[in-house]
Amino acid sequence: MSKVTITVMPRVETLDPQGQAVAGALSHLGFDTVGDVRIGKHIVLEITGDDPAAQAHAMCDKLLVNKLIEDYTVSIDD
Amino acid sequence: MTDHIAVIRFPGSLDHEAAGRVLREAGATTIVVSHHDHQLPQGTTGVVLPGGFSYGDHLRCGAIASRTPIMDAVRSFAEAGGPVLGICNGFQILCEAGLLPGALLSNDTQSFICKQVGLEVVDADTRWTGDAAAGSEISIPIKHHDGAWQGDPSQGRVIFRYVGENPNGAHDAIAGIANMDGNVMGLMPHPEMACEALLGSADGALVMGGVLAQGVAA
Repeated sequence: MSKVTITVMPRVETLDPQGQAVAGALSHLGFDTVGDVRIGKHIVLEITGDDPAAQAHAMCDKLLVNKLIEDYTVSIDD
Repeated sequence: MTDHIAVIRFPGSLDHEAAGRVLREAGATTIVVSHHDHQLPQGTTGVVLPGGFSYGDHLRCGAIASRTPIMDAVRSFAEAGGPVLGICNGFQILCEAGLLPGALLSNDTQSFICKQVGLEVVDADTRWTGDAAAGSEISIPIKHHDGAWQGDPSQGRVIFRYVGENPNGAHDAIAGIANMDGNVMGLMPHPEMACEALLGSADGALVMGGVLAQGVAA
């Protein structure tokens, strides 16, 4: 069993209204050192079988990521 | 010839009854088809993907619905030239399925918007605008949280743009876009909610009529 972590982020050129709203809220709270804020997803999977990284990439291709608007990374924590 | 329209219902679809009613009043027969069916009913002449919140909008709006068994049948129907209309969540599903270009992100207001909007008919040469002329304006309501279309408009045909204020931050104020062939169209506004003067506008009949042979759902 491998624990696989997939991080999905809005692409740099994609609007991130959630990040913008949080950046605004932080600024209102006095955190005036904050510049850009981006908000993504953190997906943790337990995978059995061979080559969990290849399986995870296949899942990203098929469902987990929309590459028009998102980038992703896969890490395996054995 | 009678139109036979398949209205696809996913878990979380909301507006399948409203869409079906409008089309039945225009003389079509309608049938609600389940997301886990593998085929459209024999003799289907048009397909509607209705509004709602399929699969609770989890992962991305429309993402899970776009991978259900019925979508392979919808893809085959579309590739054979059949008319397919996606309304709101249906638009999101068609984009996620790759049948329309682009993707829909959350509104730049970060809020749910429910109001009547004006739409400019940009391209009047598809089946989706009835006899409306290019540049004319129609009035249809929107009700969505994730309606900001982003993508490359040159990969499709822009059918509708928001007039005046861009309510959700959509790229180029695009409200509805079709594929290059023009037989598949998705829009965020709800034409099925604007087909009777009593409801404030009957302009939606032009759009709903796109799935019918005679062109106007009135």
